[in-house]
Amino acid sequence: MTGPLLQLEGVSKTYRRGGLFGREEFRAVDNVSFRIEDNEPQVFTVIGESGSGKTTLARMILNMVRPTAGTIFFKGQDLASMRGARARRIFMKDVQPIFQNPFEAFNPLKRVDRYLLMTAKNFTPARSSAQLEAAADRALKKVGLSIGEVRGRFPHELSGGQLQRVAIARALIPGPSMIVADEPVSMVDASLRMSIVNLFRTLRDDLKVSIIYITHDLATAYYVSDRIIIMRKGEVVESGSARVVLENPQHSYSQLLKSAVLSPDPHGRGVLTGDSAASQQARASPHPQIDNLEPQVR
Amino acid sequence: MIAVFRDLFRYNGEFAIGFMIMMVILGVAATSFFSPYAPIDSYLVAMDAPPSAEYVFGTNSRGQDIFWQLTFALRNTLAFGFIVALISRILSLAIGLISGYAGGAVDRVLMSVNDTFIVIPLFPLLVLLYFVLRDDMTWFVLALVMAGLGWAYDARLIRSVMISLRTREFTNTSVFSGMSMPRIVTQEHLPYVLPIVFSTFMNNMNWSIGLEVTLAVLGFTDVDTPTIGGMIFWANQHSAMVSGIWWWYFFPTLFVTLTFIGLFLLSISMNEYIDPRSRLDRMGNS
Amino acid sequence: MTQISGSPLDENSYVLETRALRAYYRMKYFGIDREVRAVDGISMHVRKNEIYGIAGESSCGKTTFIKAIAAAIRPPLEIVAGHVNYNFINNDLYALPSKERSAIRWRHLSYILQGSMNVLNPVRRIHKTFEDFAFRHMHMGRSEFEQEVKRHLERLRLPAEILRAYPHELSGGMRQRVCIALATLCKPEFIIADEPTTALDVVVQKDVLAMIRETQSEFGSSMIFVTHDLAVHANITDRLGIMYAGRLVEEGRTADVFSNPMHPYTAHLIASLPRIGDIHPRNALTGSPPSLADPPKGCRFHPRCPLAMEICRHENPALTTLAEDHRVACFAASATVQPTSDEKPQHPEALETVR
Repeated sequence: MTGPLLQLEGVSKTYRRGGLFGREEFRAVDNVSFRIEDNEPQVFTVIGESGSGKTTLARMILNMVRPTAGTIFFKGQDLASMRGARARRIFMKDVQPIFQNPFEAFNPLKRVDRYLLMTAKNFTPARSSAQLEAAADRALKKVGLSIGEVRGRFPHELSGGQLQRVAIARALIPGPSMIVADEPVSMVDASLRMSIVNLFRTLRDDLKVSIIYITHDLATAYYVSDRIIIMRKGEVVESGSARVVLENPQHSYSQLLKSAVLSPDPHGRGVLTGDSAASQQARASPHPQIDNLEPQVR
Repeated sequence: MIAVFRDLFRYNGEFAIGFMIMMVILGVAATSFFSPYAPIDSYLVAMDAPPSAEYVFGTNSRGQDIFWQLTFALRNTLAFGFIVALISRILSLAIGLISGYAGGAVDRVLMSVNDTFIVIPLFPLLVLLYFVLRDDMTWFVLALVMAGLGWAYDARLIRSVMISLRTREFTNTSVFSGMSMPRIVTQEHLPYVLPIVFSTFMNNMNWSIGLEVTLAVLGFTDVDTPTIGGMIFWANQHSAMVSGIWWWYFFPTLFVTLTFIGLFLLSISMNEYIDPRSRLDRMGNS
Repeated sequence: MTQISGSPLDENSYVLETRALRAYYRMKYFGIDREVRAVDGISMHVRKNEIYGIAGESSCGKTTFIKAIAAAIRPPLEIVAGHVNYNFINNDLYALPSKERSAIRWRHLSYILQGSMNVLNPVRRIHKTFEDFAFRHMHMGRSEFEQEVKRHLERLRLPAEILRAYPHELSGGMRQRVCIALATLCKPEFIIADEPTTALDVVVQKDVLAMIRETQSEFGSSMIFVTHDLAVHANITDRLGIMYAGRLVEEGRTADVFSNPMHPYTAHLIASLPRIGDIHPRNALTGSPPSLADPPKGCRFHPRCPLAMEICRHENPALTTLAEDHRVACFAASATVQPTSDEKPQHPEALETVR
């Protein structure tokens, strides 16, 4: 089967904020379209600040939230037409998530290997406990861990970096063709951050998995991505090849984002000034709009 | 489980005291099975005898031995509280889980029913029921009625916990691990909800015993089943305070107060034990 | 005990000095005793009018360290040993009676925290929060105080209207600015900033950092600035201390630490920073940060260290001055660089071996 792996056509999501006096509509995602081809695995990055709608977009791609307008096709199938537990399971075999906070990704009262074995049981032919462990171990090996390191462990016994790698290993067990990673490194310590990001490269190159990498961090985005889109208040303001866009952003918002990235080269004092356009603006309006509404999704 | 119990007993003063008090109470209640007298028989022993070697807690104006009366009363009162708590916990767990998990219209309907029950003035309603039912208002019917009225507050609590659990990230991990929703609820979420059920169990017992005593003292219950409230009711009827038969009031009041304290201590020590943070700290070392 | 740093500055120019500070969490739960050595022998000082950065990963003890210097110690956290001296009290913080200790807060010592919502009372307008925090420290009349608050906001180029707002009506960046205004109102000598910009978006972060920098230099306060983000340190701090597993492993002028990191952990952290325009592969450290309840013997970094030697497994390297104003706790670094001659290479309390 050729054709796009993932295709978004005019996808929008509107939330209603109901008050006693009138309702307000809030466009979390506004008319987003892009496609990821099936034959070339890639790291596709969605960049945005809080309130840009990037998490809502990820949840729609994961079929956890239905778009209010537009269509999402995965391997030619409209996600909205997917009905029933069986169809959902087939979809989940192909598309797996990685979430932001590795400490929250596993139930603190349960052992982490449980999720690995459960995934293996539900999405692979493995049945016996030895087969299940072998499947989990194979996935863990890909992220530089082994079943011995996680067997019987509770989440709080592992570090954030380990947990995030276990989460990635779990996502790999079904052999997905796409992984949606929502801010996967923002809660991971600096010394381990690059190991996660490097892992994405390996997954793309060796396992041919496409990765949708959702982040606010331009530097890791530049380091790992093939293509990017930059979102602001639900809309895509700029898209294209990651290197081209980030080296020479065209849209004023992209330029603003890039200019705000702090360079890790020390300048000594006095380089930071409060006179940038954004700070003037922020100071001029005493009641900036509540711009980071990310409604909790049922 | 046994290790948990042992550690609670050893390191948690509230638990140890509460547990010992409840053991004494249960022990006293259990001796009712060896009572030489039937609970409702009267004029069996000398009337109005103060506590002595023969009658440890004295006797009352109806010729009953207060100690043996008290054993029956405690047994019935505890059983009453237990049944109310049990039934109302089942109700609040079921309604809280369904409401929190289903959401939408189901949630709205259940919660409006729930809120109605929260705001109903209980005491006038129970008195009204007593006047309507009269002789049909047995001890067991009262327990059922109170259970039917006592679930609402905790159902709302369980619902809110369920809602927050459902938005936790690990729920999504479970979904994408291929687990079905009923399974996620029972295996992933119930461990967070059950401790609430246990801890509110004690509180609910206290609440129902307190209400039963109040109703009984005023005579709005079936006074032929000996309960703590019933004993105080009969003491009132015979103006025991005026006649100086203080022991008729004193011992029931003492024991019901001890029961309250014991259940309360157990409830707060459970709370400390089930607090997720301290639970995790302990898990980290076991 | 004599002065512990190799700095030629005299003691009076220090605003804060800690000596061999140890702060442990001691817990007793249902029969399990546990000791977490979150701050384990930190000696450092902060000079007048400087921003001292503390970098480190989560659970390296940096939060505990600032709790210790802010006198915010509550059980199970305990100060086990060491001193915290401020020049404005001329004394050890923990030698003061607790009443005087709390009187220092806000007047001499204030904080900017990560979650502004923890500071700003959600049901009170901002001007009420200003009153709650600062009024009794300012020793002035109410109208005078209000004028002072307005003047202060003007100086920080914040609109006076925010005083009438509730916290939830302000954006995250504005709330954090309000917290900065609140922390600097009494012109304290010392400000502790704990991840003040971590929760903010990048564009806002840059402006808030600029505001912190400007405010600090205007009032001449000293500041400890804690964040795990090295890029932030590069842009705001004068000197930088790197913490690892409860200890300071390297400390120096920020520019020196970045251009010439001597501790392998620092070197790794700096080398792994991604930069736009550079796709050169970055390596990650193997292993995980150690548990502070059971840290490795010797140098706590040795299990992950590419340069680990035999001695690292047994002995704890002391923080040694290896270049001007640049201290490093590493045997490998000390072996390649001669300590600057006119100073004692080690201070005794850091030589205590680990249990």
